[in-house]
Amino acid sequence: MVALDLDRQTLFDWLLRLGDNALILGHRTSEWCGHGPALEEDIALANTALDLIGHCQMWYTLAAEVEGKGRTADNLAYLRDAIQFKNVKLVELPNGDIGQTMMREFLFNAFHFELLTALTGSTDPKVSEIAAKAVKEVAYQLDRASDLVVRLGDGTEESHRRMQAALDYLWPYVGEMFLADATDDALAEAGIAPRLTDIQTKWEAIVSDTLDEATLTRPDRRPDVHTGGKQGRHTEHLGYILAEMQFLQRAYPGAEW
Amino acid sequence: MYAQMITSEKSSDDPELLAAFQARIDRGERIEPKEWMPEGYRKTLIRQIGQHAHSEIVGQLPEGNWITRAPTLERKQILLAKVQDEAGHGLYLYSACETLGISRDELFDRLHSGAMKYSSIFNYPTLTWADMGAVGWLVDGAAIMNQVPLQRTSYGPYARAMVRICKEESFHQRQGYTIMMKMAQGTPEQKAMAQDALNRFWYPSLMMFGPSDKDSVHSAQNMAWKIKINTNDELRQRFVNETVPQARYLGLEVPDENLTWNEDKQGWDFSEPDWSEFFAVLKGDGPCNEERLGARRKAWDDGEWFRDGLTAYAEKQAARRKAHAAE
Repeated sequence: MVALDLDRQTLFDWLLRLGDNALILGHRTSEWCGHGPALEEDIALANTALDLIGHCQMWYTLAAEVEGKGRTADNLAYLRDAIQFKNVKLVELPNGDIGQTMMREFLFNAFHFELLTALTGSTDPKVSEIAAKAVKEVAYQLDRASDLVVRLGDGTEESHRRMQAALDYLWPYVGEMFLADATDDALAEAGIAPRLTDIQTKWEAIVSDTLDEATLTRPDRRPDVHTGGKQGRHTEHLGYILAEMQFLQRAYPGAEW
Repeated sequence: MYAQMITSEKSSDDPELLAAFQARIDRGERIEPKEWMPEGYRKTLIRQIGQHAHSEIVGQLPEGNWITRAPTLERKQILLAKVQDEAGHGLYLYSACETLGISRDELFDRLHSGAMKYSSIFNYPTLTWADMGAVGWLVDGAAIMNQVPLQRTSYGPYARAMVRICKEESFHQRQGYTIMMKMAQGTPEQKAMAQDALNRFWYPSLMMFGPSDKDSVHSAQNMAWKIKINTNDELRQRFVNETVPQARYLGLEVPDENLTWNEDKQGWDFSEPDWSEFFAVLKGDGPCNEERLGARRKAWDDGEWFRDGLTAYAEKQAARRKAHAAE
């Protein structure tokens, strides 16, 4: 059972962050289906999207249970508006080229992998159970993304240039992942979640090794320029994602599919 | 059926070799990649398997069109998995085709230039969520009609690819039918969407088998080679016989006023599709030809730097290993 000394709303909000990151990144990744640069990549991207949608379903199911208002995972995905979504801005950005997509996967996966690894030791058994399932898939996603970042960074002149441009573009968004607010602090104090500073240290190690191998340069720019997604303050992009994703549920309220 | 209008190539090979080859096929033997085969057999198979492979990957697009709009998380996962399966089928089939001495890149070039075709059905748009049901039920259903017999085709790699593909296709057909069932039993708007999807996809699905070929010389040669097992008319009849009761079970109406049960043939009499439409679609004048081929070309062109980057890295690594070994 969930820790009793933590209020439900805080835990609910935190679970939404996990679910929303997975759903929105899964949505973006799924946009590649049928349009990948090679058949093998197309299959791998669809697989990644499938994993992420699966994760969001598990987090939402738990969030709905914690909330206790009878909502379902689908209700949380399909019937909330943008200001109620708690994902980081990084995951809602448009895909760009395949280089930008893979760079984003890498930067997010390095965080996601370390976070889920830490969550397998959560004091909340339901959280640790979901994390244990998800981390296996994310470990593979991180492997694949970092491998591609290295190959493309150290590939041709053009692939190098594109990967560096992707890194430069995404960098001002990465800081939000580690920016702890009262919700993160409360979860860490309850032993449910790790301190984000610890995750950041591990993330830095992965990122710096991979970028070195990829012959890419760490941008000389603040990583926390674009923040606020976790509090429901998003980019303009999220509204369009939701308009598309939620269309049927909104147009035909109460219908079963 | 994902391969349409496959003309057979004439062989100018030694008549004795040809006779021995035909005898092997007649005995039910499988032909394997490194064995001797008539040039015409090889070329015809490249055309057929290649067209089938292209159909799988172009076929990702009409369904991929609804992944981001799927109405529930579960439906989204099922649809994603299905479209991913189609890409996987493309991969097996391109691999089977490569055993005949043509590369995947060459096959892509022929698709992109328009020299090779893909099934006409994928040039129709998917306009509502019910189309995800109709495509699974009718399009995958029609594909299965053709592919089940092809598990016994004479070319080993193709026959084995078909065994795996058929297992997945029958799952796809069931999931499509489940969507139709939900819609047909849903709200009046949902039922109307389901009926509309059936109206739009019925005739294009019948066209998937191609025009009647019972008197075609190509068909006769391909059947002798066991590249083709049944005539187009046989398969179409089988499809109609299976599908009409399924439509009735859903409470939907097949859009054909001539549909009548024929006691003598123990099958349905039905209207032929408009073959002028079929030929127009094949020529490029279908509702979505430009979009579909355009999307494939764009994916390939946009991915060029990506593929080149990976190749360059692999070459650098090989050079580094070589340099390291020489030290």
